[in-house]
This record gives sequence, structure tokens and C-alpha cells, in this order.
Amino acid sequence: MADARTIAAAPAAGPGAPEALARPMRIALIGNPNSGKTSLFNQLTGLNQKVGNFPGVTVDRKSGWAQLTPARRAEIVDLPGTYSLYPKSLDERVITDLLYDPSSTSYPDFVVVTVDASNLRRSLLLFSQLADLGLPAILALNMTDVAERHGVHIDLGALAAELGVPVVPMNARSGSGVAALKIVMAERLAAPPVRFWQPDSAVQPLVHRLRAHFQLHSDYLALHYAQQAEYLAFLSAEDRAYVQGLVQEYAFDGTAQQASETIGRYARINEILLETVTVTRTEQREPVSNRIDRVLTHRVFGYLIFLAVLFLLFQAIFAWAQYPMDLIDQGIGALSGWLQSTLPPGPLTRLLTEGVLAGLGGVLIFIPQIALLFAFLAVLEETGYMARVTFLMDKLMRPFGLSGKSVVPLISGLACAVPAIMGARTIESWKDRMITIFVTPLMSCSARIPVFTVLVALVVPDESVGFFNLRGVVLMGLYLLGLFSALGSAWLLKVLLKARERSYFIMEFPVYKWPRWKNVALTIYQKVQAFVWQAGQVIVAISVLLWGLASYGPGQRQDVAEAQVRREAAIHRWTPAELGRQVASARLETSYAGSFGHALEPAIRPLGFDWKIGIALLTSFAAREVFVGTMSTIYSVGQDADMSTVQEKLRAEKDLNGQPFFTPARAFSLLVFYVFAMQCMSTLAVTYRETKSWRWPAAQLVYMTGLAYAASVFVWQIWGS
Amino acid sequence: MAAPSPVPASRRTARDLRVGETGTICCLGDPVMALRLLDMGCVPGVTVRLSGRAPFGDPLMLVLGDEEYTLSLRGSEAATILLKD
Repeated sequence: MADARTIAAAPAAGPGAPEALARPMRIALIGNPNSGKTSLFNQLTGLNQKVGNFPGVTVDRKSGWAQLTPARRAEIVDLPGTYSLYPKSLDERVITDLLYDPSSTSYPDFVVVTVDASNLRRSLLLFSQLADLGLPAILALNMTDVAERHGVHIDLGALAAELGVPVVPMNARSGSGVAALKIVMAERLAAPPVRFWQPDSAVQPLVHRLRAHFQLHSDYLALHYAQQAEYLAFLSAEDRAYVQGLVQEYAFDGTAQQASETIGRYARINEILLETVTVTRTEQREPVSNRIDRVLTHRVFGYLIFLAVLFLLFQAIFAWAQYPMDLIDQGIGALSGWLQSTLPPGPLTRLLTEGVLAGLGGVLIFIPQIALLFAFLAVLEETGYMARVTFLMDKLMRPFGLSGKSVVPLISGLACAVPAIMGARTIESWKDRMITIFVTPLMSCSARIPVFTVLVALVVPDESVGFFNLRGVVLMGLYLLGLFSALGSAWLLKVLLKARERSYFIMEFPVYKWPRWKNVALTIYQKVQAFVWQAGQVIVAISVLLWGLASYGPGQRQDVAEAQVRREAAIHRWTPAELGRQVASARLETSYAGSFGHALEPAIRPLGFDWKIGIALLTSFAAREVFVGTMSTIYSVGQDADMSTVQEKLRAEKDLNGQPFFTPARAFSLLVFYVFAMQCMSTLAVTYRETKSWRWPAAQLVYMTGLAYAASVFVWQIWGS
Repeated sequence: MAAPSPVPASRRTARDLRVGETGTICCLGDPVMALRLLDMGCVPGVTVRLSGRAPFGDPLMLVLGDEEYTLSLRGSEAATILLKD
């Protein structure tokens, strides 16, 4: 299939100058949503991708390296799917920022336009716009086999001649044709000689002045400057003012011109299709996708199936993930025990086991849950089901000031709020998008899972209620609490915010497909890797720091406290084990960490928390997942080596009367705090970046922390005291 | 941006289609919405078929043209797609 002879070379495009070998080429991939662009990107770059959409990393586009020929590598930039060069969402502005600034160092050498062969008319709209921008291009004609089966025959030679660029048939899913595409991509390409549409003569004077002022190489690019100057991030304020002045001077009507342009382009495209495409319809059979839709978007079954999918998701995260998690937990415990018995006792061994390993265990244990969650989301997205979910949910979400498209960030928020908030870029309306960003952190993300599981397992018995496990029911309740607080907050914001523009919802339904397991695997790999590296560094660093703060104290206070305990031991006749615990506890209380915790205690006492929890609250402010590691570290210091798991350590904790410290009331107060509190620097950072204002992250921080405090006080005052 | 021109009330729109019924796009009633619809392939002359509605009646599912792809859009948006008589 990957046969270079099937490539229809355009007359004008040929091999370019060899001198260009010096600098690696930069090639942008662009295409309609669901045209196979991401599959092609994965085929070309494999594991050579850079994506960093986890804590604090600025990522607006994916890029990666492709080995085109043995001698030639190229940087491939993956752009968001779009229908035209007039962006409708923030997501799509990435494209104009990249393609409208020829002087930029990241300007691509050429673009590969992925096109769904069964949807040629609409795909060519985007292609013709790119061609008129003067960008060299290749048309990667995807899914020709599917089109052929539907009776659509495309004359590749004629199409290449009409478009003036190479046309390469391929299948991005199976990878056939990709080898041939790489060979064409390795060549230097010239801009297509064909013009598909010319601006009306009335706007020519404006276009000429813009071209001269910005020294642009195409009329169409100049026209886009007139249309979109206010959004082009690379233009200076003076430049923007200059363009706006000209727009007024010539009374340029952007809306009317864009409409006539699009109609004009479709007219030209219809002529091209008439020349190059023959359709022999065998029979008018309803596509399988439509029949599936009748079930999946059914007014009853649709919701039942969606609920079943969510249920399966929770089942996977809480039940199935438990087995590998237990293995990791035991593995870390065994390693820690082995180290303690083999290495000579001393501060270094303790640093390794109580600091580094305790922190590392707190990171590694999440891997199964994170992997499963992202696998699920990737499959839902890949199959096309996610689009149906937004369709089913739109009407239900609107009373809360959200749209169907908000559902995707909200569900992704179950994994991590950071990519979820970035996912809100696909929401076109400003108000819908702001509300979605604001409430997404209330969805219980995977970083809350360990806090939830540890505390729930501590105080909720492992019993069944009917079909359900009691712990599972409580966990579900915590998730629902997060969901309802998100919806309630959204409604509140809807009332408070003034809309600047109308909300709308137009979306294509992708055809149902089997997920490409390679893409799913790649997603899992990237998310887990990002988590282990980015969050892991923070968590291990905080663990080590904490261990230091918990092991050492100011001046002689620790020694004084220890001497005091030893005097009491003589009076009470404590056993050596009891003496060891009391000494450890006294030393921890007088350590640096203990002092911080004590300073915080008055503020959190109404919530039922003591100074040890205070330390955990402080450290987990950077990221929630630090909580378990911190608890593990604080309760590790000086405790018996055989207490390997956090739960055992917490269960052993006694209050002043010798009763278990973690009562249900106290545990639930803490759980509720973690449901609401905004304890994630990365989320605040990404909210700032996405909203371009400190007002939003500040409001999130104050609102969520306030909510957490109030809810926690409520639980403790009603139930605990 | 130009103000939306009023949609003549007598005209049939894509929202008025019954499920399964087909119509042909005559023109687009709202200039701002028209730009988005045009990009998505809602061009005058193209046929649209209402293939279903979401459970609470909104949004709608429209199958477009002979190339057969499905758009989902709200009733208020479908109401700006005017049909030929």
C-alpha cells in the first residue's frame, strides 16, 4: 500500500534546493477535526513527542520529531482541528498565531493538510484558505478506502493538478501510505501556484496598503490582518491601531466579506469536485453510525448507557486499580523494611526510608489509577462517544450556565484539573468557558483519590449494603458532593456574571470508530510519565524536606523534651516500646515541623484537626497528593518499622485519652475539607494562564478554601463535638 | 459586526423539520451564525435531514448533504437555517 507510485505529484511541486539540509524542517499538521490528524501525528512521531500538559508547563501545541528519510529529520507541529482559518475558539487561535506571522522563528516550512476523503468538500475549504495564504502544502488524503467503499471515486492525478500540490492517499489508522507521505515531506516544496479565491476589487486598496505596511507575501494574508488584527498576539499595539484605522477608513465589513468569501470558495470547490470525483451510489443504506446513535442518544437508553459508562469508570478506578496498588504498596514496604535491616542504622538510612521512600511510595501508588482514568477518557474520546455525551448533556447543563461542551472538562477534571481547564478552550462562548474553568477544580481529581481511600478505609467498615460495598458508596458520595458543588457554583456564577456574547453549540458528530490502541497507549504513557516526573519531583522533595523538619528541632528543645519523657517513664514504669513511642512523639512535637503545626493549630481546631494534620494541610497546599506522603512521613518518624502502610500508622494514633484519634467525625471533616479546598498550585497557575487575569485564580482560591473551611467546621461541630 | 437581520416568521427552518424529514438550505438568517454554519458546510443548496433530537428536545442532529455527516446544534441555531419551499 505504501507505494510511492500512487502519489499524485502536482506539476508545480518538485524537489527543492539541497542547501536547505542545514536546518531541520518544520512541518505543521492541520486539518478538520476527526480527519485523522492526530493518528498521522502519532504515526510520524511515535514516542518522539513533546507534550507537557501537567503542572505549570506551558503547552499550546504538541510537537515531535519524525525521521522522514535516513538523512532527514523534521519537526512536526500538531495543530488543533479546525474547519477554517477564522478561529471560533481560543483553541483555534493557536493556528493563526503560528501561520500569520511569516517572520516568526517557528513559522513552518510547509503544512500537511489531512483530509477525510469521504468529506472532501468541507476539507477543501480549509485547504484552499491555506493555499491562498501562500503556504506550501501537501494534501494527505485519508480514508480513501472508506470513500471507495461508499462509491466515491477520486481521480488523484486530476485533483493534484487542480490543487497544484502533491496529493498522497493514505490511511492514518493502519499506517499505509505514511511511508510514501514521508518521502514527499522530505522534499522542499514551493507554494501552490493556484489561487482559489481573490478578494473583491472593493477591498483591493485596503489589501494593498496592508501588504505594503507589513510586507506580506499574499493578498489573502493581508485580508486576514484586516479581519483579525485585534486577536493576533504577535502584532504590537501600534500595528493593531494602524490596521483598525485602515479598516475604518475603508469601511471594511468583515462579516459580509467572510460570508462572500466562504460562498465563493465553495463555488470553486464544487467545480473542482465535478472534475475529479465520481460518485456511483450502489444503494442508499443508512450509515452504521446513525443506527448506533439511535441507541446511544436515545432518550432513555442514552442516559442509562452514560451512567453505566460512568459506573464502569468508577469501578475501574476504585476496584480494579486496587490490586496493582496493593502490589506497589507492599513492594515499597518490603523495600523499606529490607533497607532498614541491611543498612547500618543512622540518619542517612532514616532519610532514605522515612524521607525518600515514603515520598516515592506516595507517587508510584497512583500510577494504576491515573493510567486507568486516562485510558478510559482516551477511549471515550477516540470512539467518538464523548461528542454524544456533550449532545445528551447540553440541555441539562444550560440551567447551570454551562454547555454540553463543559461536560468534557468536568469529566477530565476527575483525572486532573490542569488538562481539563485547558480542555475548556474548545468552548466558544466566553461566559460558558469562564464558568467551566472556575468550577472544574471542584470535580474530585485523581490527586484526591489517595486522601479519600486512606481515610475512608480507616473509618468506614468493609461491609456490604445490598449489592454495594459501603466504602464504595461513601467514595461515590464524596464524588457526588464534588459534582453538586461544581454545579451549584456554576449556577451562582451564571447569576453573577454578565454575558458579553451569546452562547452557541455547533459540533460535528465523528463517525464511531474502534479506538486505536496505539493512541490510547501513547496517551497513558504520556500522562503517567508527566505525573511521575513533574508531580514526583515535588512530592519527593517535599517528603525529604518534611523529614528533615520533623526530625530536627530548634536549639535543645527536642533533647529537653526527651529528658522529660524519660523522667516520666521512670515514674509510670513504661515498657521500652512504650518509652520509644513517647520519645518519638515528644521529639516530633518539638521539631520544626511540630512548631509550624502548633502555630497553625488554633485556626484549624474548630475543624477537629490537630498540629500533625496542620503540617499535612500546609504541605499538601502545593499538591494534594503530598498529603498521604506527609502523613506517612510524620507518623513514620520513630514508629515501629513493621508498620508499613499509612493506614496502620494512622490507626495506631491515639488522642490524649488513649482513644483512636481518627474517629469517623474527624476523618469526615478532613475528607470534606479535601473535597472542596483549592490545594493545587498548578491549577491556580493554569487558571491564570487561561484567563489571563489574577482575578480568576484568586477568586477560586478564596471561594474554594472558604467552602472547605465552612464545610469542615459544619461536619465537626455537628458530629464530632 | 452587523446586527442580525430578522428571520421572517413564515419561513420554514431546519428546526421545523420532523425527524427523518429532508429539506434544502435556502439561506442563512443570522449573519454571525451564518459564518460558523458555512464553515461547517451548511451552504445554500445543500440538503439537510433532521435525524434526531436530544432527549429533552434540544439540541438537534442534522445530517448534511450527500457526503453524509452529522452536525449537532441547538434549536435556536437551527432556526437560522432557512429552507427552500
